[in-house]
Amino acid sequence: MSEQNGSDTLSTQLLKRAAPGRTDFEDLVILPVLAVVVALVLGGLIMLATGVSPSAIGRSFVALFRGSLGSLTAISETLTAAAPLTLAGLGIALGFRAGLFNIGAEGQVIMGGIAAVVIGFSFEGMPIWIHLPLALIVGALAGALWASIAGWLRAATGAHEVITTIMLNLIAMRLVDYLLRHPFIQKEGRADPISKNVLPSAELPHLLDWVDPALRLHAGFILVLLAVVFVWWLLFRTTTGFEFRAAGLNPDAARYAGMRSGLIIVLVMALAGALAGLAGANQVLGVLGRASPNFSGGVGFDAIAVALLGRSHPLGVLLAGLLFGALQAGGRQMQVSAGVSLDLIAIIQALIIIFIAAPILMRAVFSFALQKTAR
Amino acid sequence: MAVTDTAPAKAQTISHAHRRQTLVIGWLLLALAVFVAVFFAMPTTGTASFRLAFPGDLFTVPNLKVPAAPYAWIVAAVLAFFGVRQFLPGAAKWSGILFGIGLLLVVTAFLTWATAGKSFSLTGMLQATLIRAVPIALGGLAGVLSERVAVVNIAIEGMLLAGAFTGAVIGSLLGGTIGLIGAVLVGGAFGLLLAALVVTYRVDQIIAGVAINLLVLGLTSYVSSQVLTHYRSLNNAPVFRAIEIPFLSDLPVIGPVLFQHNLFVYGALIMVAIATYYLFYTRVGLRARAVGEHPEAADTLGINVYRLRYINVTLGGMVAGFGGAWFTLGSVGRFDDNMTAGRGFIGLAAMIFGRWHPVGALMAALVFGFADSLQQKLAILRTPIPAEFLAMAPYIATIVLVAGLIGRARAPAADGKPYVKE
Repeated sequence: MSEQNGSDTLSTQLLKRAAPGRTDFEDLVILPVLAVVVALVLGGLIMLATGVSPSAIGRSFVALFRGSLGSLTAISETLTAAAPLTLAGLGIALGFRAGLFNIGAEGQVIMGGIAAVVIGFSFEGMPIWIHLPLALIVGALAGALWASIAGWLRAATGAHEVITTIMLNLIAMRLVDYLLRHPFIQKEGRADPISKNVLPSAELPHLLDWVDPALRLHAGFILVLLAVVFVWWLLFRTTTGFEFRAAGLNPDAARYAGMRSGLIIVLVMALAGALAGLAGANQVLGVLGRASPNFSGGVGFDAIAVALLGRSHPLGVLLAGLLFGALQAGGRQMQVSAGVSLDLIAIIQALIIIFIAAPILMRAVFSFALQKTAR
Repeated sequence: MAVTDTAPAKAQTISHAHRRQTLVIGWLLLALAVFVAVFFAMPTTGTASFRLAFPGDLFTVPNLKVPAAPYAWIVAAVLAFFGVRQFLPGAAKWSGILFGIGLLLVVTAFLTWATAGKSFSLTGMLQATLIRAVPIALGGLAGVLSERVAVVNIAIEGMLLAGAFTGAVIGSLLGGTIGLIGAVLVGGAFGLLLAALVVTYRVDQIIAGVAINLLVLGLTSYVSSQVLTHYRSLNNAPVFRAIEIPFLSDLPVIGPVLFQHNLFVYGALIMVAIATYYLFYTRVGLRARAVGEHPEAADTLGINVYRLRYINVTLGGMVAGFGGAWFTLGSVGRFDDNMTAGRGFIGLAAMIFGRWHPVGALMAALVFGFADSLQQKLAILRTPIPAEFLAMAPYIATIVLVAGLIGRARAPAADGKPYVKE
């Protein structure tokens, strides 16, 4: 048992699990699939317990499937919902790989989103090929700066990133409440906290307008695919990525090998924040067109589940993001056609996190099918 | 510090860090003095009038009238003196206390500045402070109980929310008292779940906490929109009335502030006292702390590490469940989605500020409760300071403390580390 390797990481065990060095098929594929299935079954039981009739439960699951994969519109909705989850999830996965626990994606999403909105409604008459990239970059920078506070504090003073990112989340929420009432940002003539609309020149263009203008899938999804490739390349094909992973697997060894741990921490947090900030920018520029309180909608917390489910591998994160996007899109359909509250999806997602993070529990429950290699 | 005679080299570094910290505090105090002088003393005229008595009190007390500008000048002068004192020899011993007094003075100067030319019920605000401190203190206490056995409890927020929800629903069905018991039990159940995940199934403590928060938020919101919206009578619980303690509640100022509260305020104070006694004056408490500091050693001495972790985390959940019931049974009687609104995380901050001690957590909760009630009153006084910034203050202060810029809070040594029996 290597509980006492003296590292100051809070969660060596988990991070080892979140960032597997070996490819254990059971760990990588079967357990996540089982976790999702068990969570869905429990979701059905919860519906039963709250007085939803069995036929309505059946209809809910059909709606869940139809709303996520059943039509072109459904697939477009799934991909649209998956985009911010995957982006923020990539950021958190990057942190896991480097041994950092970034609970702060929510705050970084908020800061990125609000910064992108400000750029988005300013600069009237700017051509789209300058305005849109500018808004995206500023959104990413805002997220990066916000996350770097936690990274810098960790590197300089040893303040644990879990506490600082939780606090930064809460500060970001209050800050956005304030900013949305600020005359510069608040929409004219509105009393409620809501921002001005993003100009058309800063909107992410819809990709499927030529099929049906109602399809919401936007260019942000291309950005997501690029980000997946970028993070994969960074982690597995560059020296910097190697240093990230080394710092995550064994911070002491990394330090002895001459890697500058402080710099790595700040860099990882900044990159994670940039990805989360991009997720926020993606939402306001591609879907919402403005910012309102809670515009982030808990993306930053769901992204933790996405990173865990994706085993902190960029491809896994993409798949997990697609799954969670499908749950979101299907959940909305479920609410409309079966009258089951969308909050059920939140329960299912939380259950997925628990089952994914507790392989020992899963192995105990499914002992008849799985190997007994519980560590 | 007390370690000087054993490890000279270590003492050297400690005193060096201490010295730097003293200087930081000195500069901060000087900056505060300038701030008070520029913003509170120079532009202000008029007299601040603080109402001390409620209408209809047995004893009437005259209003406290403070001339705003002179008072602010005095505060600025005292702060400057404290600040300069930090740079003189022998300052380190007093720096923490002086900084605390300095901050308190700044708050009073701020209040007189905000009230200048107006009148303001000080007693009402202090009363609100104590009431609003309740969920924070209980959340902090829940954190203390579980972190003392080295289980990081991020799930306080979720446990509070679960308590609030259960209190509302069971309270509506079976009355307030049974609702309260239900809230405590459900809080304890989530504590037990956290303990099981963390101790038995070795889930990472942070992940388990985040997952429980999301799970409770999802469950309560789901049931609220799926069931409670259709059956409104399920969300209409009786509220616990204030119990006026005979004679004491008639005292001027002190009476309304301390002795005219409902069960939750007294309960929180009693629980803090019991928890202090349990952790620091009983055999089991000593064992619990040993588990938090060095589980291997505790295990070697025959202490059942797992069982103590289970017990303490569950107890913490019960305390948080009680605190959660405050939101519904103690104040409004009905449940709203996510009504705890980050109070659990402020409780976490209170625990850190209180240096993992129940009484410390209570003190910190009072400060945060003060900030919370000040936020409500600022709107009445029409100050130019946005309430959101005041709401951020506890979080910013926590970051400053965790970063060790002013003082350093030390967590139990094994905090956050899973223990696997050899």
